[in-house]
Amino acid sequence: MSSMPDDEQRRDFMRRSLTLIPAVSLGSGVTLTASAAEEPPALADYQPSFFNTDEWQFILAACDQLIPSDEHGPGALETNVPIFIDKELYGPFGHADRWYMQGPFITDGDPELGYQLPYTPRELYRHGIAAVERYCQQEHDKAFSALDAATRDDILGRLEQDKIDFAALDAAPLTAGVFFSFLWQNIREGYFADPIYGGNKHMGAWKMIGFTGARANFREWVEQHNVPYPLGPVSLSGERG
Amino acid sequence: MASNSTVIRKEPVDAVIVGLGWTGSIMGMELTDAGLNVLALERGNDRTNADFTYPKPADELAYGVRMEMMQRPSQAAITIRRNLNETALPNRYLTSFLPGDGVGGAGVHWTGVLYRATPVELKLKSFADEHFDKGFLPDDMTIQDYGVSYEELEPHYDFFEKVCGISGQAGNINGQLIEGGNPFEGPRANPYPLPPLPGTYNNALFAQATKNLGWHPYPYPSANVSQAWKNPYGMQLGPCNFCGFCSKYGCLNYSKSSPQTCILDALKRRENFAYRTNCEVTRVELDSDGKKATGVTYIDGDGNRVFQPAELVIVASYALNNVRLLLLSGIGKPYDPVANTGVVGRNYSYQMTGSIDMFFDDIEFNPFVAAGANGQVIDDFSPDTFDSARHGFIGGSYIYTAQGSGAPISNTPTPGDAPKWGSGWKKAVKDNYGHSMSMGTTGTNMAYRDCYLSLDPNYRDPNGDPLLRMTLDWHDNDIRMTRFMRERMLEIVRELNPRSHVEGFKNFGDHYDTRHYQSTHNVGGAIMGTDPSTSALNRYLQSWDVHNVFVMGANAFPQNMQHNPTGTVAALTYWSAKAIREQYLKNPGPLMSA
Ligand SMILES: Cc1cc2nc3c(=O)[nH]c(=O)nc-3n(C[C@H](O)[C@H](O)[C@H](O)COP(=O)(O)OP(=O)(O)OC[C@H]3O[C@@H](n4cnc5c(N)ncnc54)[C@H](O)[C@@H]3O)c2cc1C
Ligand code: SF4
Repeated sequence: MSSMPDDEQRRDFMRRSLTLIPAVSLGSGVTLTASAAEEPPALADYQPSFFNTDEWQFILAACDQLIPSDEHGPGALETNVPIFIDKELYGPFGHADRWYMQGPFITDGDPELGYQLPYTPRELYRHGIAAVERYCQQEHDKAFSALDAATRDDILGRLEQDKIDFAALDAAPLTAGVFFSFLWQNIREGYFADPIYGGNKHMGAWKMIGFTGARANFREWVEQHNVPYPLGPVSLSGERG
Repeated sequence: MASNSTVIRKEPVDAVIVGLGWTGSIMGMELTDAGLNVLALERGNDRTNADFTYPKPADELAYGVRMEMMQRPSQAAITIRRNLNETALPNRYLTSFLPGDGVGGAGVHWTGVLYRATPVELKLKSFADEHFDKGFLPDDMTIQDYGVSYEELEPHYDFFEKVCGISGQAGNINGQLIEGGNPFEGPRANPYPLPPLPGTYNNALFAQATKNLGWHPYPYPSANVSQAWKNPYGMQLGPCNFCGFCSKYGCLNYSKSSPQTCILDALKRRENFAYRTNCEVTRVELDSDGKKATGVTYIDGDGNRVFQPAELVIVASYALNNVRLLLLSGIGKPYDPVANTGVVGRNYSYQMTGSIDMFFDDIEFNPFVAAGANGQVIDDFSPDTFDSARHGFIGGSYIYTAQGSGAPISNTPTPGDAPKWGSGWKKAVKDNYGHSMSMGTTGTNMAYRDCYLSLDPNYRDPNGDPLLRMTLDWHDNDIRMTRFMRERMLEIVRELNPRSHVEGFKNFGDHYDTRHYQSTHNVGGAIMGTDPSTSALNRYLQSWDVHNVFVMGANAFPQNMQHNPTGTVAALTYWSAKAIREQYLKNPGPLMSA
């Protein structure tokens, strides 16, 4: 809570917006928190709070396939996306805190009516990973993370297209397609969300595409048409890139 | 009702307002002006401008993805089905529409495109009867006139534009057309309070292309204000800095008109106004013969059931919530689509939308330089600006380009042939970010006999009350309309000649797909009119059945117009307030005879 009375704060803002501070100096208004100075953890040192060891191996391997590290830019592992997912599942999102989770759960309705499983995201990941691992054991006698890259890609493609029968793997009513869509959505979130959530380490994904993060002040750029913006991103905690 | 548990009884007030978003805040000003003792009850948390200080809102995950500003389905979900035979299923997390929660309501995280209705949109049925052949409209289309005219609403539109400091270019002042504005708008008494926002490059490209095609581009009327503004309530706004965290976010710069920036500080200073947060109203209570409300029951933050007596009840809890509260309270006869009787729930409609993303090789758009209402628009294909009958439909859309956000979790479009994940996806995102622009249509949705709102028979909220059930699907008239708009947009694509484009339009046989965000322009369900057998509210937004209940919101729209609703929602609120102040308070009773 801020102790500044609303009126005073408003005047302060009015002054700031009228004088149009240039984007370069915007960071000076940011309260630098301790975390700005803290180096994000190395993925190898991170102890997951939600995933168990086997699940963690799956998440690492899936992240590496879905956003690999290559000449175009950093991959999901380099940017700590698995840490983001672990933290999200450990926190309110994982518990579906905002979702309507009362029954009856009618899971054979038209998919266009949206998500109807009785699972929170935590449960969905638990069941989903277990089903994929059972599939890998059945088909290849190996864990997902022990498969070669081409085979992993093939399996992820089948998941995406809902071509692995989760019912036959004892995972109904979860389907391969729904599991994949959560996994892929959360991976993209971790890649592109502000680093305070654990992924997008050093704003690597933002730098790759040229997103400015929390700069949030561009008045003088509106009418500079077709001119590339020159500055790198800033993060919520004040990191600059 | 609350008969089993102990009910706390509060001191009576003159007027209780259910919900403190846009309409609740406006009513608060108007009724305190009239000298009434007013109490607002808000379901969500309190929120002040301090909650939106930099850099807090610049957080796409929290606000753009996890939707922290919005109604929690865990508290009040909505069930959806597409026809009378389907079993409605709950929208378990928000997707298609994003109602607000907390002080300010959806007025905090809205985009800020502020429109008026056109004169024709307010009397669409009369217009159709005059201009279309008999039998042209399908039998099951139930469109109606509002029962209030553009001329009657004009002063209220004008005032609300001043409250918000709307930035735009007038196209018609007292019948005189003005170059650069929208020539198809209704006549305005005054220009917009502020000049239009400056525009990003996509706007310039769109304006040129549509001019080449002989159409009439104009800048979006914007509640992201272009200059410093002091409104009639003495509230001040500062110029929008194109922060790029606008729609779905609270404004970090006092630049987006909202209840917080435009009304609430002024309202809170009044001694005859009070508000309580975390108070969820569950019933409007009626006297023994059901003709008059005695107050409302709510559940407070500690779980207590509380009865708040009031002489006047203003329901202002957002269109969908308003309809549910009327149904739960037994105010007005519920609509039955089979027997075609009843009114509450009738004529629910939505918004027909479509989009095209265009990808270029060598253009820099700087997509993070963005504001919700930063855009250019044409109204050349509105309900009354071209001969839609020749194309087999009634209705229309405005076509626009907007650069509203470059936040990358949700705004990294890629061409249709790009891989959906892996190295190829990453390359496509990198190559196209900053080099694409989007266009969209916002279009009418007519009302139909089988599109309506009711209480769900299967699903309940944590209080044990039935959820609201929505029955909605697309009809051919509206699909024909959107296919026509697609053709027009493809003409713009040909003018701009991008490397490739991706389109998203509904087609014949498509059903309402609830999984994707479409619009939070949910309208109808408790509509206004002049005939109690086909409207729940009279033309002053007063319940036909319970005269001291007035209902504010887009639930009053008999069908959906192409333009965004809030200008009309606000104008109707001021219109209703005027009737309450000038007529009702002097002589409480029905303002129209049934
Ligand atoms: C992302 C987004 C973008 C939008 N963009 C635009 C736009 O560009 N242009 C436009 O015209 N419109 C836009 N809208 C719509 C606009 O926000 C609404 O039309 C407007 O806020 C409606 O005002 P209202 O007073 O009816 O509801 P709200 O402003 O939402 O206020 C309703 C309030 O009632 C409270 N409430 C609900 N139930 C209860 C209860 N049982 N008890 C107590 N309180 C309750 C809610 O918590 C809320 O605070 C947008 C909406 C969204 C979500
Ligand atoms: S774009 Fe402008 S109006 Fe919108 S939130 Fe940012 S500063 Fe406010």
